[in-house]
Amino acid sequence: MSKATDIVSPDHAAADHDDHHDHHIPKGLMRWVLTTNHKDIGTLYLWFAFIMFLTGGAMAMVIRAELFQPGLQIVDPNFFNQMTTVHGLIMVFGAVMPAFTGLANWLVPMMIGAPDMALPRMNNWSFWILPFAFSILLASLFLEGGGPAFGWTFYAPLSTTYSGDSTALFVFSVHIMGISSIMGAINVIVTIFNMRAPGMTWMKMPLFVWTWLITAFLLIAVMPVLAGAVTMVLTDKFFGTSFFDAAGGGDPVMFQHIFWFFGHPEVYIMILPAFGIISQIVPTFARKPLFGYASMVYATASIALLSFIVWAHHMFTTGMPVAAEMFFMFATMLISVPTGVKVFNWVATMWRGSMTFEIPMMFALAFIVLFTIGGLSGLMLAITPVDFQYHDTYFVVAHFHYVLVTGAVFSIMAAVYYWLPKWTGRMFDITLAKWHFWCSLISVNLLFFPMHFVGLAGMPRRIPDYALQFADFNKWISIGGFAFGLSQLIFLWVMIKACRKQGEPVSSQVWEGAEGLEWEIPSPAPYHSFETPPVVK
Amino acid sequence: MQHQEYQKYYVPAQSVWPIVGAVALFLIAVGAGNFVIETTRGESGYGDNILAVGIVVLLVMLFGWFRDQINESMSGLYSDQLGRSYRQGMSWFIFSEVMFFAAFFGALFYARVIALPWLSGESNNAMTNEVLWPGFEAMWPLIETPGGVSTTAMSWSGLPTINTVILLISSVTLHFAHVGLEQGKRKQLTAMLGITILLGCGFLFLQVEEYVHAYRDLGLTLQSGIYGNTFFLLTGFHGMHVTLGTIILMVLFLRVLKGHFTHDNHFAFQAGSWYWHFVDVVWVMLYVFVYVL
Repeated sequence: MSKATDIVSPDHAAADHDDHHDHHIPKGLMRWVLTTNHKDIGTLYLWFAFIMFLTGGAMAMVIRAELFQPGLQIVDPNFFNQMTTVHGLIMVFGAVMPAFTGLANWLVPMMIGAPDMALPRMNNWSFWILPFAFSILLASLFLEGGGPAFGWTFYAPLSTTYSGDSTALFVFSVHIMGISSIMGAINVIVTIFNMRAPGMTWMKMPLFVWTWLITAFLLIAVMPVLAGAVTMVLTDKFFGTSFFDAAGGGDPVMFQHIFWFFGHPEVYIMILPAFGIISQIVPTFARKPLFGYASMVYATASIALLSFIVWAHHMFTTGMPVAAEMFFMFATMLISVPTGVKVFNWVATMWRGSMTFEIPMMFALAFIVLFTIGGLSGLMLAITPVDFQYHDTYFVVAHFHYVLVTGAVFSIMAAVYYWLPKWTGRMFDITLAKWHFWCSLISVNLLFFPMHFVGLAGMPRRIPDYALQFADFNKWISIGGFAFGLSQLIFLWVMIKACRKQGEPVSSQVWEGAEGLEWEIPSPAPYHSFETPPVVK
Repeated sequence: MQHQEYQKYYVPAQSVWPIVGAVALFLIAVGAGNFVIETTRGESGYGDNILAVGIVVLLVMLFGWFRDQINESMSGLYSDQLGRSYRQGMSWFIFSEVMFFAAFFGALFYARVIALPWLSGESNNAMTNEVLWPGFEAMWPLIETPGGVSTTAMSWSGLPTINTVILLISSVTLHFAHVGLEQGKRKQLTAMLGITILLGCGFLFLQVEEYVHAYRDLGLTLQSGIYGNTFFLLTGFHGMHVTLGTIILMVLFLRVLKGHFTHDNHFAFQAGSWYWHFVDVVWVMLYVFVYVL
């Protein structure tokens, strides 16, 4: 792996360009609206994701404010439900997924020695659909009767019989989000298949590229199933079909099967790129090649394949034959094997390495520890008989926030801090970044760790009120939530300073132990990274 | 190795069409959403107008984008690598379509194999049947729903079988059109492609006939329970895909008449032909699982 990426002759100066895509960059707003450049589009994706992260975060603040003490005080229950629903939708489809797509846009072409993505115009289309899709979703909150209030999982009959009219807008905005995701995934997959520089063989590809390749496959496989699910919800609600209504021969549980057939691979869509990021960062700061590169690739593929046969572990309590419950329990537990391989490999990479603890490494280490906590609570949830106790409690909320916030989101922050100097050509404000890290780390645990306790004690999810015995924990959870929200403003500050090109210029390698094609081109990376393919030995 | 020449990357220039496409999808989503809401409420509003504008903008975008694309391709700008990207992209797009249909086939199988038997008391659901849906018995096609709506099953003989034959023949004719293109036999190409389009139109015509028959004579509607639901959504989405496929073939036909495509450079033709074969395979699945079995 370490020797894989020497460039032999990327002679930029001698390369003759076609004049219509030379190095002059169009200016102003139209640069961003019309761009076909993978770096511009990556930046757009990342800023969009950040804005959505803050928007969804603001909704989380509403939820935590309401739950600060027992009783109903700030918002009415219907609005509370809209907040939990739209918070989930925005964080999943608006923050985490676009952030990963943005990283893929920025990094995949640089890592495989390509000038750009394979289909640059479609790339622009995939991005610009998103702001429109989310403005529809957010606008529906202001409609008469309010926005979607059935949870991000939109279970029937909540989303059919008992939902408001805005469901139609929800359905169509999910449709166009799905179109965006599928096009983005096709682009990534084709880029990786077809644009690798000579010598960049499959087993030399950086793990971020590998994990994104597999993620893209998952996206193409399951986003259409989500489209099918929302279509059935639409026809059930508005056109008199009865897919999810027993009176017509359908079944509400069928909704859950279709949804989670999408939903479980979706979970891995949000974590596999994170695994890739951590596998890039840990070797750099441990100054050792990644331990078990091949096993990392196989583990990623195994997780992806297993993700198609575990969906019903989300539905242990909703009615299945015992044999099915057993199957889904064991299949789910099987996933802990490849995941364990990954955690083991990260730790083994650090073993006897010359470790230093720069900001990206701090986030990566926090990821490894805290994601593992989320993984272990996932194992507890996988055990069918005890899931009957945990189901729909705050224990589940604690579990998936550990894997998604301290997992996916922390990995995105690690990635941004790791590659930001490459993007801007300057080092970010390290002092502020340290504040961001420590404030986030402490507050996020204050926020999510006590949720395990209230969950085990029986506090249900998605309810704006709770029994008095949960009051103390919830107060601390809310304080942690507000602190975590405020900590992200430090992140915003660091990013604004970085985009204004403040800070010391950096070398092309940036980090002492960094290896890979993206560290061999100048910082900031040129508009088109590679005009002619570099040869990888 | 070191001095080997590699084909230069081709990076397409900026284009206005993607953002036009994004606006089109925005208008379609807003328009369709409001249209659905207004229709069910029985109100009049702007939903249908916004939807119509969105569709027009989308068509303009498709026309413009493809025109630019064809001009660039005809002026020899594209590299082999880009051609491979297009082919791979089209294959993955078709895979995503397969998964879209899989969701509806999944609903069909779940209803037949699990939901209906359970409603009639199988597995451990005896009380479900006795208390909630007394007297309900699972059957397929479900001509009497648990809620008491009755309908008539669509027979597999007659129109569906004719349509199956039509689509299968059209796949063969399209294949021979492709062979003609590859061997430089332009007459065979034009004739076979023309026949394929006519067969596609014939299929769509008969499909409309079948829908009229279902609604008028059989009382089989979108609201007739899970049988009607899966029947109309599966055949309906398939019909939309045949319509799109036929339009694609028509565009290809016009391009063939203009002398486009060579024996080794005809991505658009290949993509359109893949799409058509895909649509045919979906129909065969439909014929087996929706009509015959």
